[in-house]
Amino acid sequence: MQALYAQLLVGLINGSFYALLSLGLAVIFGMLNIINFAHGALYMMGAFCAYFLLNLAGIGYWWALIIAPIVVGIFGMILERTMLQWLAGLDHLYGLLLTFGIALIVQGVFQNYFGSSGLPYAIPDYPQIGDWRGLQGGINLGFMFLPIYRGWVVIFSLVVCLATWFLIEKTQLGAYLRAATENPTLVRAFGINVPRMITLTYGLGVGLAALAGVLSAPINQVRPLMGADLIIVVFAVVVIGGMGSIMGSIITGFALGVIEGLTKYFYPEASNTVVFVLMVLVLLVKPTGLTGRAA
Amino acid sequence: MKHRISALFLGTALALAAGSGAMAQDKTVKIGVLTDNSGLYSDLGGAGSTLAAQMAMEDSGLAAKGWKIDIVSADHQNKPDIATTIARQWIDVEKVDIFMDVLNSGVALAVNNLVKEKNAIMINTGAATSDLTNAQCSPNTIHWVYDTYMLANSTGQALVKAGGDTWYFLTADYAFGHALERDTTAVVVKSGGKVIGGVKHPLNSSDFSSFLLQAQASKAKIIGMANAGGDTTNTIKQAAEFGIVAGGQKLAGLLLFITDVHSLGLKVAQGLNFTETFYWDLNDGTRAFSKRFSERMKNKAMPSMVQAGVYSGLVHYFKTIDAMGGNPHDGAKVVAKMKELPTDDALFGKGTIRADGRKIHPAYLFEVKKPAESKGPWDYYKLIGTTPGEQAFRPLSESACPLVKK
Repeated sequence: MQALYAQLLVGLINGSFYALLSLGLAVIFGMLNIINFAHGALYMMGAFCAYFLLNLAGIGYWWALIIAPIVVGIFGMILERTMLQWLAGLDHLYGLLLTFGIALIVQGVFQNYFGSSGLPYAIPDYPQIGDWRGLQGGINLGFMFLPIYRGWVVIFSLVVCLATWFLIEKTQLGAYLRAATENPTLVRAFGINVPRMITLTYGLGVGLAALAGVLSAPINQVRPLMGADLIIVVFAVVVIGGMGSIMGSIITGFALGVIEGLTKYFYPEASNTVVFVLMVLVLLVKPTGLTGRAA
Repeated sequence: MKHRISALFLGTALALAAGSGAMAQDKTVKIGVLTDNSGLYSDLGGAGSTLAAQMAMEDSGLAAKGWKIDIVSADHQNKPDIATTIARQWIDVEKVDIFMDVLNSGVALAVNNLVKEKNAIMINTGAATSDLTNAQCSPNTIHWVYDTYMLANSTGQALVKAGGDTWYFLTADYAFGHALERDTTAVVVKSGGKVIGGVKHPLNSSDFSSFLLQAQASKAKIIGMANAGGDTTNTIKQAAEFGIVAGGQKLAGLLLFITDVHSLGLKVAQGLNFTETFYWDLNDGTRAFSKRFSERMKNKAMPSMVQAGVYSGLVHYFKTIDAMGGNPHDGAKVVAKMKELPTDDALFGKGTIRADGRKIHPAYLFEVKKPAESKGPWDYYKLIGTTPGEQAFRPLSESACPLVKK
């Protein structure tokens, strides 16, 4: 029974990465109608950005949490301005192919220079207060040893997810965004700069991916293929949650992390496939995803 | 154009002549480096293996003796089906004589069958499974660098002797992981230890926390990692996070490469014990080669034992075909000759190739240095034990290989 609690918690930790990444995808798909296959590569760039900040400029983890998403977000906005915007109004497939191509190129370039085994990035050891060494070490919860860093990841990503949901669903800016998706021409007539808003939205989605990248850098090796391995699962999460649904992708992200964690305990051989089995089942029963509306 | 056509005719004529055995002076060789160029094993094989083949060709001096040597390389993406498709194409269309590297045990076993069927040659320097020279042995295959039996024998025995008598396995769920777990279990049990559990994880997992928690709960003294490459580095990194080593359990890296240690950093990797058959800083010969190698690598990496094996294997292959006076394009015949000749190169020293295709050389037990002990990049290992070649590998008396006469 103790082991079960531990697996639930571990699942929740993985779920926070799924949630952050699928949230970014959902934002981008919901607002821009682009299936952003470059998401995994941008996640990887976030982790590399943190690595460069530390090793080239001596800028540590906490600043990287802010700087990396901005830097990668700007890179994303340049992509949107120079390439993606011309695909607006075309079939989804074009956006998917373009972003897939971008992902392959970005990963290829990183792999060419940094190899495949990756680079080390340590868990931050500051601020030091009393016995605390930043986020290093762990707490014995009785049923498991919880690394402090993992606990931080769950709480932080939950806060970021909810803040994003609030921004899009509950604020004036979010209302403009949603309106611009429904009817760009009409919103323009009210004097709102729709193209700029779309660029910023793409930047936001990309920034979320980069943020997840920074969060995962101390847990996984900083590797060029770290995103490629993850992105397929994240797409399954988005499909299960319902394309474009913000809350749906957050909840499904966490839930699937937990289900995957349980699978790793009961039948580890299937842990890489369980998400896809669920995806198939959901698509058979409810093709728009759990929280999606029919188009 | 005319010249080209006549050259083509000449080439065909030569090939036919060589095929009939009438002319032994066919001096063309095609080498295929089949490896993982883009996935989790590409640092330990990949472009470095192709470079090693290139260097072996340049150092052989065969070009000056009138030999024409070509090297081709391809990415098998760790998929046996893709690998066999490429291998078939290479043998049938491109007339590749010899396959080098062929890392990933699943891939290696698949290519092994094809190479035997088509009478080509494979010098396997990358795959771990000891089946290549046991039940699956072939007159066309030489297993050059290491295998699961040797790893288990060296690392497993040393750890049990040091008091690690209860084991829990984290195993990559494919041919390699299964073979390594099986061979290590045998050694642990033989040395008086006990295996109390294990979990099989899919190849190329990024999160090991669930598996590590199960290993932690097992209370085994040793957690044996029967995986490789990125899987191992992530396991080690996350084990540190979950306080596994601090809690008194010991991690056993059953297969670790220098590229893995480099990627982990000494702070995380320090104190790990594992076995390799090559390290760049062993002696003057290995240092000289590794320096030349590293200068030509894009990321200035030192050679892994897999890459060093490609060089060493080709040195012996070139020596053999040169001694034969020409390339008979007959895999089994060349391999038989290679087994007759003793091996000797700067990287692995003097050695032999056994009847079952196993290349014999010493195995070294290393410990990863503490950050303070390291004098600079790539200075990572302390040598703590050497097993002589005759004792390192599976004795022929235990062999299930039909090529071994008993």
